[in-house]
Amino acid sequence: MHMPSEKIVPSSDLYAISSSTVRTPDESPRPVRVTARDVSVFYGAKQALFDVSIDIPEKAVTAFIGPSGCGKSTFLRCLNRMNDTIEDCRVNGRIELDGQNIYDAALDVVELRARVGMVFQKPNPFPKSIYENVAYGPRIHGLAKNKAELDAIVEASLHKASLWSEVKDRLNEPGTGLSGGQQQRLCIARAIAVSPEVILMDEPCSALDPIATAKIEELIDELKQNFTIVIVTHSMQQAARVSQRTAFFHLGNLVEEGPTDMIFTSPGEKRTQDYITGRFG
Amino acid sequence: MAETLVPQPASDGSAERLARIRAGLSARHSRERRFRFYGIAAIAAALGFVAILFTMILYKGLPAFTQATLEVEVFFDPEVISVDPMPVQQQGQSQAEFRRAMTDWQRQATMVNWNRIVEAAVRNAAPGTEADSRQLLSIVETNARFELRDRFVADPGILGSTARVKMLASANADNWLKGNINRDLPDAQQQLAAPARELADRLYENGHIRFAFASHIFTNVDSRSAPASAGLAGAFVGSLYMMLVVIVLAVPIGVMSAVYLEEFAPKNRLTDLIEVNINNLAAVPSIVFGLLGAAVFINYFRLPLSAPLVGGLVLTLMTLPTVIIATRSALRAVPPSLRQAALGLGASKTQTVFHHVLPVTYPGILTATIIGVAQALGETAPLLLIGMNAFVAQIPGTPLDQSSALPVQIYLWQGNENRNFFEARTSAAIIVLLGLMLTLNAIAIFLRSRLERRK
Amino acid sequence: MNTALVAALLLLLLGFAYQAGWSRSRSLATTGGRLHSRPVYHGSLAAIWALVPALLVLALWTLFGTTATRAYIIAQLPAEIASQTGAALEGAIARIRQIESGFGVVGETAPYENAAAQALREFRLLTFAVVLASAAGTGAIGLWLARRRITTALRARNEVEKAVRIVLIACSVVAILTTVGIVASLLSEAIRFFTFVSPADFFFGTVWNPRFSTTGSGPSGEYGLLPLLWGTLMVAGIAIAVALPIGLMTAIYLSQYARPRVRSTIKPIVEVLAGIPTIVYGFFALVTVGPFLATLGQSLGLQIRATSALTAGVVMGIMIIPFISSLSDDVIRQVPRAMRDGSLGLGATKSETIKRVILPAALPGIVGAFLLAVSRAIGETMIVVLAAGNSPYLRLNPGEPVSTVTVTIVNQLTGDTDFASPQSLVAFALGLTLFAMTLVLNVAALYIVRRYREQYE
Repeated sequence: MHMPSEKIVPSSDLYAISSSTVRTPDESPRPVRVTARDVSVFYGAKQALFDVSIDIPEKAVTAFIGPSGCGKSTFLRCLNRMNDTIEDCRVNGRIELDGQNIYDAALDVVELRARVGMVFQKPNPFPKSIYENVAYGPRIHGLAKNKAELDAIVEASLHKASLWSEVKDRLNEPGTGLSGGQQQRLCIARAIAVSPEVILMDEPCSALDPIATAKIEELIDELKQNFTIVIVTHSMQQAARVSQRTAFFHLGNLVEEGPTDMIFTSPGEKRTQDYITGRFG
Repeated sequence: MAETLVPQPASDGSAERLARIRAGLSARHSRERRFRFYGIAAIAAALGFVAILFTMILYKGLPAFTQATLEVEVFFDPEVISVDPMPVQQQGQSQAEFRRAMTDWQRQATMVNWNRIVEAAVRNAAPGTEADSRQLLSIVETNARFELRDRFVADPGILGSTARVKMLASANADNWLKGNINRDLPDAQQQLAAPARELADRLYENGHIRFAFASHIFTNVDSRSAPASAGLAGAFVGSLYMMLVVIVLAVPIGVMSAVYLEEFAPKNRLTDLIEVNINNLAAVPSIVFGLLGAAVFINYFRLPLSAPLVGGLVLTLMTLPTVIIATRSALRAVPPSLRQAALGLGASKTQTVFHHVLPVTYPGILTATIIGVAQALGETAPLLLIGMNAFVAQIPGTPLDQSSALPVQIYLWQGNENRNFFEARTSAAIIVLLGLMLTLNAIAIFLRSRLERRK
Repeated sequence: MNTALVAALLLLLLGFAYQAGWSRSRSLATTGGRLHSRPVYHGSLAAIWALVPALLVLALWTLFGTTATRAYIIAQLPAEIASQTGAALEGAIARIRQIESGFGVVGETAPYENAAAQALREFRLLTFAVVLASAAGTGAIGLWLARRRITTALRARNEVEKAVRIVLIACSVVAILTTVGIVASLLSEAIRFFTFVSPADFFFGTVWNPRFSTTGSGPSGEYGLLPLLWGTLMVAGIAIAVALPIGLMTAIYLSQYARPRVRSTIKPIVEVLAGIPTIVYGFFALVTVGPFLATLGQSLGLQIRATSALTAGVVMGIMIIPFISSLSDDVIRQVPRAMRDGSLGLGATKSETIKRVILPAALPGIVGAFLLAVSRAIGETMIVVLAAGNSPYLRLNPGEPVSTVTVTIVNQLTGDTDFASPQSLVAFALGLTLFAMTLVLNVAALYIVRRYREQYE
């Protein structure tokens, strides 16, 4: 059923990738990690996304904002081909990770997802112990040679997810027993454990209370030192707080994209202006 | 092109990590393929079993629907048939007396050596056969003589005339002509003697024996002495009575019970227990219901053995949980807004349930009922324990008469000693049973789609 | 004719009472203001008041009528005949009944017989008239009382609804009574059996040989449960070994891999297996699978009988496949999609996701399905009756014939033995064992599945 070649219209290499670097507000221009050109997504006969083109810079946070149903999550799920798991979903266009077309038949989706990790809207720890949750990725990918290495990976990942101090004494308890915020950080630790290059976050705080949200946001800020992060959020404040670049989606179109401060202070499009000032959404 | 623009930072060990991931990929993908293959193999096995089962039943059973039938000119010879004139009821003679006279006369008619008449007719059809009387009669079903007698009793005026009569060939002759028995076996292992086999072949060649549609499978009752004429009529009627009992009892009781539990009963320990009890009843082995029937209905209430009424009662108790569970889930699926709307208009709880909620669930209840009835139709084990495996050679007139049932008839036939003949006959009975169940299910699906569309 | 007359009376009573209640309330409404309940309910209430007493009278007569008639006939007989017992007395009674019915009897009738028949005829007529009259009378009294109660304020609807409620409760009680009936009948007959054979000999005995004794000379034979239990477990074990992998893999493939169209085609076909009567499976085992396995065994150099634990087990396994597959399918589909996505998002393959996340998450539900399947396998009867070979010995080889608890229940109760003999009663002790085993399995399974459902709701 995995027939990637079916899901993509053959695209020529004529696509000239316009810029290889992207400016972020805080720093100098950064190299581009992920490049999308003219990406359209169809669910059956219905088109959900129209010709989206965007560059995602390395080791920075890029936020996708927009009203619900605007296609931001759909686009996010294209970046590690999670849309493959949906029946009837078809993706046209070209998405490159480090210059390699991720919809290319030669690329292994398993490898892709090891390189582009994902954190979901609702915390979804596996019904296993905390340790096993984090060890899951390294185990299936064969990243650890022995138990000691695995232990090290688990500990490091939990540290990076700022969860270690809270759970170090109960690593063998079920992950589902943690609080909602802790569960989401566990899911982040689980994603980090594979050391992906890119982490996709699909509204990671929408199911959490404000305190847990603040913790996750803090964490995202730290993680950008090491990872390229793309986050979908419906909260403009969150986008403003955590991201360096922001893309605004509306009705399946990428309306506008640029450094976060610019999008929020002087958007180029009227629709963006209307959305961020709360006229609709 | 892009690779050169974004060089991989080597310092964070990601190259080594990627190498490790890639090293495992082919093994993981082949495990994936293997796993998927197991899934396909499992489905193929399941579908294969369905296919083999139906092919086997059809292959074995379809030939039984045609049967070797003998058609000969029969002379009702007055010399052989020498009986008094049929009695007429006299004035002042009691019913019992007249019946006795009639029985005497019929006994006389039975004492006639009808086999001589049959033999003469067959010899006439195949002149010069070497078969002796016994061998000759072995290819004609033993009930042929009763058929001739019945014809005579129904119309004594037939005496002295000739009539064309169809009679069944015996089961052994049917086996021989259909090739159900190996034709090369030595004499000692053959069911028919050599002259009889030769006679059967000859009658087949000259057209006196033909394979005709065996309508008697549907119209006759079971028979031990004349296996070729055994039919399903008695078992069919028995099953019909049982299904009637099930429908009349299980549906109203089940629906009302479900309505009470779902709509009225307070949610407490007791109703919780009832729920567990019903779910458990649905999974109690059917034979336990048979034991209940034997102990309570037969031994305690002294209801008659082998009666469809008792069978129906046992099957009702078995079907009840199915109906209750299905009705409850149908009721649960009715949106609460419907109830609130009715209650809001001032309807009482009872009115709401019976006028508004229950009608919405009819498709669900109907489907569940038919599926439950189909299940009950195929149930065998409990019926054996209440004596329905008795041999009954008549169509039951009432649900209290002795009777068999379709699945029990299958059980009885598969145990018959004449395996060659009865394997086909059993398969034919199975085809009839499965056909009935399939029809019931098709009706359920049809009705459900009709009712749901109307909504 | 009698039934028709009774039915006519009841219908008349029903119609009349309903009409009376209806019109009375109606007239009150026109003269004396607003009714609490609509006339329909007043009519129904009056009908209930009229019918219930009438039905009670009739029910009493059906319960005691036959006994009373019989006593009357005996009273009419001359003392020397009435003092007879058994067949002679029954014959005499039957003759009188036959003369009375007008059908007549063969042979001359004695004068006392004619007199008795005449008396019986009068008795019947009289009692029938009395019963009918008293039914009508009590009905009329009920109706009169009901009619008197009708006022505008009478809460007829509430009373009718209360009656409806009582009927509903009565229906719900049937299911409980069934369980009570099962437990009571199995227990009482099993206890009777244990007066012949000690429970220890039954539960721990290793020899099953009930020796049908036609003389009925007390307990004879040995009633050891263990060989039967062993056979039951062996057949069920083989069945599960066949059904669990096939059923589970079918469920996994259909729910995780197959496209919706494939799924909606294959699922019903597999479920056809669940609708086939077990007797058909038994025949299939006997005629096709048994000989096939025997031939297969021969070519492999194994001794497999055509009717054996293996034959019965394999066919029972086929029967259970849809049972396991549809239960597991339900359970697997309840595992939240987020769980699956979480694993796939980390780069796990589908099979890794299934094996390491979905199945562990669905495990309780699958265990429940497994327990229900075991319960069904040990209670299955017809397949083993036809295909297991009925040989109650403790044997390890699955290629040999065995006997099971269910087969033995059928054998012991379909023979021509006295119901009160240990040979028959043992069936109830076996049934009790079977019921207890399946009860434990069912309740455990239901509990586990329920907990599992709640977890994901």
